[in-house]
Order: sequence, then C-alpha cells, then structure tokens
Amino acid sequence: MTIDDDQHAGGRGPKRRDERGGMGPTRGRGGTTSRDLRRYAGLFASRTRVMKSSAMRDLFALTERPEVISLAGGLPDTSTFPPETFAAATAQIATTSCAKALQYGPTEGLEEAKERIVEVMAADGMSVDRDDMIVTTGGQQVIDLVTKTLIDPGDVVVAEAPTYPGAVPVFSSYQADVVQIDMDSDGMRIDLLEETLDRLEREGRTPKFIYTVPSFHNPAGVTMSLPRRKRLVEVAHERELLVLEDNPYSLLRYEGEPLPTLHSLDGGVYVMYLGTFSKIFSPGIRVGWVLAPPPVLEKINLGKQAVDLCSSTLSQLMVDAYFEQANWRDYIDSLTTIYRSRRDTMLDALAEFFPREAEWTRPAGGLFIWATLPDFVDTTDLLAHALRDNVAFVPGEAAYLDGRGRSSMRLNFSGSDEDTVREGVRRIGKVVREYVALYGTLTGEHKTPAPAAEVEPSAPEAGARIVRLPRRAERPRRADRG
Amino acid sequence: MTKVAVLKGGRSLERQISLKSGARVAAALERNGHDVESIDVGGDLVERLQQFGPDVAFVALHGHDGEDGTVQELLEILGLPYTGSGVLACIRSMDKVLTKHLLREAGIPTPEFFAFNETAFRELGAADVLPAIEQRLDFPIVVKPASMGSALGIKFARTASDVPSALAAAFAYDAKVLLERHVQGRDLAVSVLDSGEGPMALPIVEAVPDSEDFYDYAARYEIGHTTFECPADLPAEVTERAQEHALAVWRLLDCAGFARIDLMLDVDGELQVLEANAIPGLTETSLLPQAAEAAGIELDELVGRIVELALAAGPAPAAAGKPA
Repeated sequence: MTIDDDQHAGGRGPKRRDERGGMGPTRGRGGTTSRDLRRYAGLFASRTRVMKSSAMRDLFALTERPEVISLAGGLPDTSTFPPETFAAATAQIATTSCAKALQYGPTEGLEEAKERIVEVMAADGMSVDRDDMIVTTGGQQVIDLVTKTLIDPGDVVVAEAPTYPGAVPVFSSYQADVVQIDMDSDGMRIDLLEETLDRLEREGRTPKFIYTVPSFHNPAGVTMSLPRRKRLVEVAHERELLVLEDNPYSLLRYEGEPLPTLHSLDGGVYVMYLGTFSKIFSPGIRVGWVLAPPPVLEKINLGKQAVDLCSSTLSQLMVDAYFEQANWRDYIDSLTTIYRSRRDTMLDALAEFFPREAEWTRPAGGLFIWATLPDFVDTTDLLAHALRDNVAFVPGEAAYLDGRGRSSMRLNFSGSDEDTVREGVRRIGKVVREYVALYGTLTGEHKTPAPAAEVEPSAPEAGARIVRLPRRAERPRRADRG
Repeated sequence: MTKVAVLKGGRSLERQISLKSGARVAAALERNGHDVESIDVGGDLVERLQQFGPDVAFVALHGHDGEDGTVQELLEILGLPYTGSGVLACIRSMDKVLTKHLLREAGIPTPEFFAFNETAFRELGAADVLPAIEQRLDFPIVVKPASMGSALGIKFARTASDVPSALAAAFAYDAKVLLERHVQGRDLAVSVLDSGEGPMALPIVEAVPDSEDFYDYAARYEIGHTTFECPADLPAEVTERAQEHALAVWRLLDCAGFARIDLMLDVDGELQVLEANAIPGLTETSLLPQAAEAAGIELDELVGRIVELALAAGPAPAAAGKPA
C-alpha cells in the first residue's frame, strides 16, 4: 500500500538534514535519490504546483488492460480508414514532395494545408481567408497558444461547466482563474454568463477570453442554440470580449440542421476559432488550426515559434494529399453512420440499465454523453468499483476546476463497437444501481432501484443537478430515427 | 547470475504505482547484474514464470492479488522463492480490520474502530447502529475500505449526514469498510527491513501537511499538499517508541523481508498504529526507499538485500516438504 507515492514533486522543499551538501548531480548507480527529488522540488516553477496528479489518473492505468471496456477515452474510430487511401497519399508525397516533406516549414503552416482548411471550413458553412489562420499541432495546441498569449497568472478565463477536461491542465498551467458557467440542454446559459460578467466587472476584473465548445460539447454532449449563439456574439461585441470557439465535432452531426458557428456570426472580430482534423481524418497526424484577429494571431505565431517552430510538414502534406481527392466527405459520412448507431446503442442501453435517478444528455453529434447521478454518488469512487467490473468512464470532476461535477460522468460512444458500448453501459449501470441501493440502505430509505422494465421517466423537477438537462421525456427509440 | 522475475502491474487499483515500483526494482536488479524478466501479471502469469524459470520472484505488486497473499500462494505452489512477506502476513496486513483486531488483542494501541461488510447493511440493518457508532467514535470519523492502499476511498465524515455517502464511497473499493476514530496529530511511517539477523527499524518518515490548519484526512494525501521529512524531527524517546511499535507489529503479523508500519503521534504524545503494509511502494518518491537511504542503504543495495533474503529463505516449506 502506497500513500507515499508521487507526492513529493509539488511540495515545498523540506529541511535538508542529510550530510551531503552542494547541488552537484547525485544520480549514480542507484538512480534518482530522495535528495535529487528534494532538489527538483526546489527547481520546479510555481506553475507546476497547480499541475496536479490525482487518484483518478492513477486509476486510469487499469483501462489499458484488455479485459477493461473503456468508455473513458475520446477516441475517434480510425479502424475503417481505407489503408489504400493512406498508401496513395504517402506515395504521392514521396513522389512529388519528398524534400519538402522532410524539411521545416513556415510557422503559420504550408499554403497547401491552409487551402485545404479553407475548403473544409467551406463545407462547414464558413468562409475564411488563409491569411487569418495558423496551422497548429492539433487543436490542443490552440488552447495552449491562446492561453499563453492572453493569460497572466490570476487572469480570468470564462468556461462552461462542465468544460473540456483537456483544457483544465492548460488553464491550470498558466495559473488562470477559471470561472465556469452552468449549461442546460441549449448549451451555456448566456443569462448566467452576463450575470457573471457583471459581477466580475463590479470586482474590477475583465475576463481575457470566453472558452466554449458550442457544438456537441465535450463532455456535456449538448449544443448551443442559435439564439444563444447570437446573444453570445452580441455580448462579446457589447463588452469587447474575445471568445475562443472550440469546434472539433461540427461535421459529425447525426440529426438536425447545422447551426452557424460563432465565428461566422461574428465575422472573426471577437471570436477566435479552433479547428482540427482529428475527428474527421486522423488524430494521429496532429493537425489543427486557429483563426484569430490579426494582432492576436501575430502573438500566437510568435508563441508557436517558441514551442515547435512549425507543425509537422509531413502531416500537413498528408492533409493536402488526402483532402485533394474529392471523396473525403464519404469517409465523414461513413463515420457519421457508425457513430450515430453507437450513440443510439448507448442511449438505449442507458435507458435500459441506468436507474431512474440518473439523467443524461442526448447529443445530436460528437462523441460524448454526459450522465448525472444522484448527488450522493461520487463518480471517482464509483470508477473504482466500475474498474473491478472491468469498465471505465471519466468522472465528472475532471471537467471542473472548482470541485463540482462529482456526481456526473462522461461516456464515449465513438471508440467502441455497438456490442461493447452496450455491455459497457450495462456494467456501469449495475455498479450505479448497487451504489444507489446501498446508499438507500445506509440512510434507511431502502430506495432500491426498480428493474429497468419498471422504470418510469422521472418528474422533470426531480433532477436539478449540475448540468440542468431535460429528463428522459423523450426516451430514445430506434423507430424514431430514419 | 540469478534469474529474477519481477511481478508488477496486474488488476489492482494500485496498478500504476506497482508499474513504477516494478520498473525501478527491475532497473536496480539489472544494475546488480541479475537476469531480469518483468511480468505484468495476468492470465499468463504461471505460463510466463514456467517459461522464464526464475530462481526467485520479486513481488512488486500493490493491493489486491499482489499484496493480499494470492500471488504468494501461487508462487508457493510453484515452489518459487519470493520476496517479502508470506501468505499469512500478507493476509493479516492487507485487511486493515484483521490487522486492527490483532493489534488490539496484542495490546498495541490502534484507534478505536468498527467494521462492517456490505451485507451487514444490505441484509442485517446495520444502518440502525450507526448513531451508536457515531456517538462512540465522535466526529470527525474516518471511513476507509478495509483493504485499499493509499488514500483511495478514504473519507472524512464531519457530521452524521456525511456518514452514508462516505460509507457508500468506501464500499466502492471493498466489500468491507471500517469506521475509525480520527486521531489528530502527526503522521509517521516506520519502515522495517530484515537485516539478515532480524528486523531493523529504519529512520522515521513524517508526512507534513503544507498548510498549518490542515484538517482533512483525505486531502492530506493529495499531491502538493504534503511534504515528507526523513528522518522525522522527533524526540529520541518518541522515535524509539515508534520503532518499537513497528517491530512489535512486524513480529505480530510475522512479516518478512520488508514492510512499512503507519502510525499517528497524537496530541497527547501517544502513538497509535494505523496499519501495516506488506509491500510498500518502491517508487522514486516512496517512503521505504527514502527511509533506507537515510539509513545509508541505497536502492540497489536495498533491492539486492531483499532478493538475497528471499533466496536464503528458499521456497516455502509447504511446497518443499508437505505432500499435496
């Protein structure tokens, strides 16, 4: 048993009581010594103190075991990508641009790649100029570069509650003060946003930017409605606030009509835009992009020079070669078909296996469903039990910086086939029901959950939780979908 | 050249730490010139052991299966010498409830406690005695899974209304949990190493919360909130008493090789034993290697000694002698 591990690095330097003085290297035959660790603790920048490890992270080591069904990942399914397409693209690069592929490129990105980005964005209903963008190493780098460009320690970033778990360590490492705004089934509550902005203004604080995932939110699975999009853009204009629109999923729509992006509503005046090829082509090639007003873009460019000089030239040429062929949309269509039925499978399985006290979102696209349990359930502890039953999810606390979210979980439906999704949800459902039943006996309420067949949709007011979402009024039925 | 199989990883919730412990042990053994094979334990464990044919197994597993006697039992059937404590000592130390009963019986101080299986609540209405327990233990009450390592699943109930959710959370980790009187004071760990001529207590490590008014038992173990000091700044008399307690626990549980005993020094200067760890962490930041280092035993020597002890002890008598 090991309360001791991993806990030094962030601590203040302890009193040194050993005899050996000096700061010379001590890494000898025995590897890193505890004196080394104390020395490192003294070397680490203060920002690393908020870069926390956690019990949750350690638990995830178990998800690499083959018997564990992980609904915790955020993985697109790359297994159906045609190998011959991949081979053709690489062969073409080797034949036509070998030297270029092996060379450095411009920091802002290759013109060829930018041209393809313009085309892909046009398919998403956006009209943009190559000069307003920088090609990045994945979308994640955009969050990092924007935060790096705008945030001094203590500056305010406004984000959604919950927010993208991958943004949390970025905001933390720049020591941002993140203020999270509740969401409902129409996305971020703009009324609450305005109240919060008013409050911050009274405190003499102006957020540096608002971070949002308006379409098929990760992790919440909801989409910001058109009126809210319009209002958010108005708010940005009225208050002269920058917005970072993180939009990785909008082409993965399973139903309904596309909505205009914040960037297109705003015209790129206050809205910065993050795009990525990760979900429509490949996360492995690590290519994303950012659009931002010219002065911001200039700083981002300088920041990127410092980080990696340029994004992979080879990857950008892959983008060029792949999107040059006319049928790239077919692949997205096939992904959409696959993911839609996996989503439906997950929704059906949730209705079948989760107790009546649970509620969840019904995403019209993207990769995730956000489920919320009664507030006495701690999903990090629940994960421990779930792992004993060989299944994993992301505990909700990963999506908050303020300690909320402890009774919610993120479920991914894109990365596993339908049988696996169903079995995974069945296992989680079993664990949840046991937890809820046990709590019932502990409080003397004996509220043993009814078997699925007897479950009735709960009253809408019964579940005011962190994300206020519609209850299961519209229970998913396969027949409803064409 | 000794052939050593390093067992690590596995299905335990402490897999991550075990992987680190195992990697570090394997590197040390290789530096010591041994022929090392690392095995992430799973369904093919026996097969892989038979293929490799080690002289000894280094058990660098934490938590269920590895630290509770299961793997040890398997190794005994295979007639393989292995490091650390035997089956019975593992069973006694992995189950905190059993440990505490043994401590109580032996007159070694341990915080007052009550323990229940999940079935007690599900089938025997144990919830009805919670008020009596709460009265007996006083708030705050520490609620922990019986067999979980690290701070996993440990909750701190401040009021009666916290107790059900704390229990439900602890039951997520184990079918048995204990409710324990909270001891306010200093958090000490005494590592014990078999010197070849009997157990030897190493310098004490103290976990010092960074914030002075720190209160929450669970949060105490969060990264960045705790500093570990070794040797702990204690009066010689307290150090001696703590080490004596640790050695008494070692003998009581019949530990072997190495172990770590965790204690609290309460505000009245009394020592209370919380638990024993049959296979404490061996990562770069773990307490036992730190304590050994403070005693002048570097990691390579520590790991080498543990292996030699296992080889000297040979396979367990059950496998060597008795008929099946």
